[in-house]
Amino acid sequence: MSAPAAGTSTAGRGGPALPPSGPPLTPRRLAQARRKAALARFWREFRRDRRGMVGLIVLAVMIAVALLAPVLANSRGLNPIYATATPNTGPSLHDLLGTDNDGRSVLTLLIWGARNSLLVGFTATLISMLIGALVGVVAGHFGSIRARAGRLTDNLMMRVTDWFLVVPFLPLAMVLARTIGPSLGVIILVIGLTSWAGTARIVRAQALAVETRPYLERAKALGAGHWHQMYRHVLPNVMPLLLANTILTVAGTILAETTLSFLGLGDPIRPTWGEMLGAAYSNGVGTGNIVWLLAPGIAVIVVVMAFTLVGHALEAVLDPKLRGR
Amino acid sequence: MTPSSSQAAVASGVRATPILSTAGVRVEFAGRGRRRAVATAVDGVNLDIAPGEIVALVGESGCGKTTLARTMLGLERPTSGVVRFAGQPLSYRSRALRGYRRSVQLVLQDPTGSLNPRHTVYEAIAEGVRIHRLDNEEARVADALARCGLRPPERFFQRYPHELSGGQRQRVVIAGALVLEPSVLVADEPVASLDASVRGEILSLLLRLRDELGLAALVVTHDLGLAWNIADRLAVMYLGRIVEVGTPEQVFADPRHPYTRALMSVLPESPIEPIVLAGEPPDPTRIPPGCRFHPRCPELASGAAAGAGVAERCTSVALPVLPAAGPAQGQVSCHLAQAVSRD
Amino acid sequence: MPLLELRDLTITYRTEGGPVPAVRGVNLSLEAGQTLGLAGESGCGKSTIAASVLRLLPLSAKVTGQILFNGEDVLTMNWGRLRAVRWAGASIVFQGALHSLNPVRKIGRQIGEPILLHEPDVSKEAAGRRVTDLLRSVGLPADRADSYPHELSGGQKQRVMIAMALACSPNLIIADEPTTALDVMIQAQVLNLIGGLVADRGIGMIMISHDLSVLSATCQRLAVMYAGRIVEEGPAHQVFTDARHPYAEALAWAFPIIGDVRTRMSPRGLPGDPPDPADVPSGCSFHPRCAVARPTCSTRDMELWPAGEGRRAACVRVLPDGHGESAAGPVEQENDQPEEAVS
Repeated sequence: MSAPAAGTSTAGRGGPALPPSGPPLTPRRLAQARRKAALARFWREFRRDRRGMVGLIVLAVMIAVALLAPVLANSRGLNPIYATATPNTGPSLHDLLGTDNDGRSVLTLLIWGARNSLLVGFTATLISMLIGALVGVVAGHFGSIRARAGRLTDNLMMRVTDWFLVVPFLPLAMVLARTIGPSLGVIILVIGLTSWAGTARIVRAQALAVETRPYLERAKALGAGHWHQMYRHVLPNVMPLLLANTILTVAGTILAETTLSFLGLGDPIRPTWGEMLGAAYSNGVGTGNIVWLLAPGIAVIVVVMAFTLVGHALEAVLDPKLRGR
Repeated sequence: MTPSSSQAAVASGVRATPILSTAGVRVEFAGRGRRRAVATAVDGVNLDIAPGEIVALVGESGCGKTTLARTMLGLERPTSGVVRFAGQPLSYRSRALRGYRRSVQLVLQDPTGSLNPRHTVYEAIAEGVRIHRLDNEEARVADALARCGLRPPERFFQRYPHELSGGQRQRVVIAGALVLEPSVLVADEPVASLDASVRGEILSLLLRLRDELGLAALVVTHDLGLAWNIADRLAVMYLGRIVEVGTPEQVFADPRHPYTRALMSVLPESPIEPIVLAGEPPDPTRIPPGCRFHPRCPELASGAAAGAGVAERCTSVALPVLPAAGPAQGQVSCHLAQAVSRD
Repeated sequence: MPLLELRDLTITYRTEGGPVPAVRGVNLSLEAGQTLGLAGESGCGKSTIAASVLRLLPLSAKVTGQILFNGEDVLTMNWGRLRAVRWAGASIVFQGALHSLNPVRKIGRQIGEPILLHEPDVSKEAAGRRVTDLLRSVGLPADRADSYPHELSGGQKQRVMIAMALACSPNLIIADEPTTALDVMIQAQVLNLIGGLVADRGIGMIMISHDLSVLSATCQRLAVMYAGRIVEEGPAHQVFTDARHPYAEALAWAFPIIGDVRTRMSPRGLPGDPPDPADVPSGCSFHPRCAVARPTCSTRDMELWPAGEGRRAACVRVLPDGHGESAAGPVEQENDQPEEAVS
């Protein structure tokens, strides 16, 4: 009588190929191997989204430019004192994009502008994401507890969030710029403070959904405390949404920075694209170098679009997996 | 309590000190929706589980069995009444509750939902170990997996839940509960989401764990066949109260409560003429006066209750809560049954 | 001429991982007014067959063979004729009524929808009256037509699904797991209802379920499916109580008869899991889990051989040539085989 071979059906279920026998496999090494495999799978999926890839390449180029700014364009070119070229002239062999009002090369300004704009964008988004995720997860977690205290915490946090949601960022920026003095730091602060609320709401909604899942109940039954539940269960399942949302937020942040700098609330010494736009706009670009206005404008559009494409592609890749699991 | 002695105790009908018991537990939920009425999910229950005993709690949806199970687990606080473990009432302070988790564990219905899809099998089982800061994590996880029939355990460590079959997932969930070395397992519909041919394996596992580890179990289910398969004792719940208790042999062979009799009658191959109750299980916010089953009771409707002279009582006199320990022949909470047994 | 006849029906899904055969050469026939039960677990292909009768399969499904509804092949029907057959000729009660009802439309409108689609000259008022009649025939009060799905209970939703299936007075109804997830009493109500309606109107019915006890009580004939093939077929009660194929027998044991001492404290399951349709074992697809498998079982192609009066089974043990011991008696197997990991 043949012995029944149990579990044969799982052979086809896609268990990973375990590493060939060698040094003893600790759970840690196996975990690393799995993580690598998961990343590889994710990358393969992402690669298939053509628009996402276009966005990614553009972003990679932009970030490279920003990082290599000191190499690509001498920083002396930013100082009006050293500007020797004729001011406000169009593109020439010497200055590929022409010069600005002070005779500085627009190309140099553009490259350094990339560095500063992206810096502001990333930093402000990081602040926004951290605060938003924290508030969203905590509010969502405590909001699902039936006890009074839980709902109260959730309500309180959400009312604070609502307040930040409606704070108009322009007047706030102006007030802060006036009192503290205009600088990139102020812009980062303002943008960070005014954009975390949107993230918090989205994260909270997802956290509430995750809280209804049975594995949270199981964690409670096992004796998990609040921190464990939030950190080990809620946060990882909120991550994909958060990531995609963050990429999209960066796009918005850069636009916001552009606006504020355009209005002159930024640091006049450290140029960003917004600064360039503002300066070009108010310094008679019509009669001089139109590229001075066009270049930063196009650059902003291109970067924002790139982030948006990547963000959408991320959502598409992560979402079916989210639902499938 | 060694496995063999607990089995012997159960077999001989000796009621040892119950490992888990409820005394007069009532659980009310504040009203939601327009009416704001209070829903009494559990309306007074005395239930004992002896060490190594498997008790099946059966009833329809909305009867309160899941709420009662969660209350016994400490996940809900009773509005009144006491839950006792090994004779001691539960303390709801967080440290005490956490300690309690090592004694009473939970297995939910849906094994797919019960496991975090981002955690491997190892992490899912080790979660309990880490929360309670136990030592020898890897050995404990391997041991729990092996006990649940997943051998060799190391092969399963790095699997994700979606790579396993339903039966295997449920074994992982049980292993995750076992790793804390509980004395009681509360299982809410443990095989309802599983394929039919796999159910028997999981039920056999529960029996084996009882034999090997002396593990007691409270199995909540609406499936009477399951109770027949593995339960030592059976409690039938209706609208928040236990209406009949006994061994499956007693309750199934000779159901005394009209509700139990109706349930038994509609099972396939039942020797009783089917009594199909009309309507839906009633609303826990509107518990009928007198015997809570009287609006649907076929005995009352057919006049049998009137014939025995108890019809008046059925509609007006509330029945007392059944005590946890009663005569060996089982107990029933019904005016008619009591009248009949008196004669 | 049979009402429905499936001839050598084979359905293969095109997936990224290659072709997945969900149904492999199924032959079935159903006369008008007859009831047939189709039993099996997840992955056996029964729901695929149900969808294929009305050509509701996704584009990735490749269908060969014939599906003859009153002699006409559904697979080669033109679009207009197919639309006419859908719902007015044959209808389906879908599994999971929760998701089959549009949550933002009232029940009455949803039941009336097929009536208005198939009979355009029926006025809205006339349709409304028919909806009221349908609701009454499934035991729901007429005012329910103004409710939304979320206001109904599980049992009520299932009744609505049945009413919808009857809307255009079809000749054939396919009920896919109509009572899974319903309580015992509600299940009895729904089964009574279906049985009564089918008998009154002379409708042919195929009921799909994994619960053999339910099928044996409701249907005249029973066919058991495993891994895309029919492995046993015959009069329902006989197949249930005296199965010839080991899988059918195991399935029957999974839902024990209450009162049968053989199943008291000994749940019977099968080791392993139902096979993944993408990876079906060779020869008899059941052989890895079969307790009485023989060496030839892994290589020999199975057919449905005669196994008694009006019965067929795809197991070598029913053959008279020396291997034909009848499958009398329970299949012996160890309880709770350990699950072995296969990488």
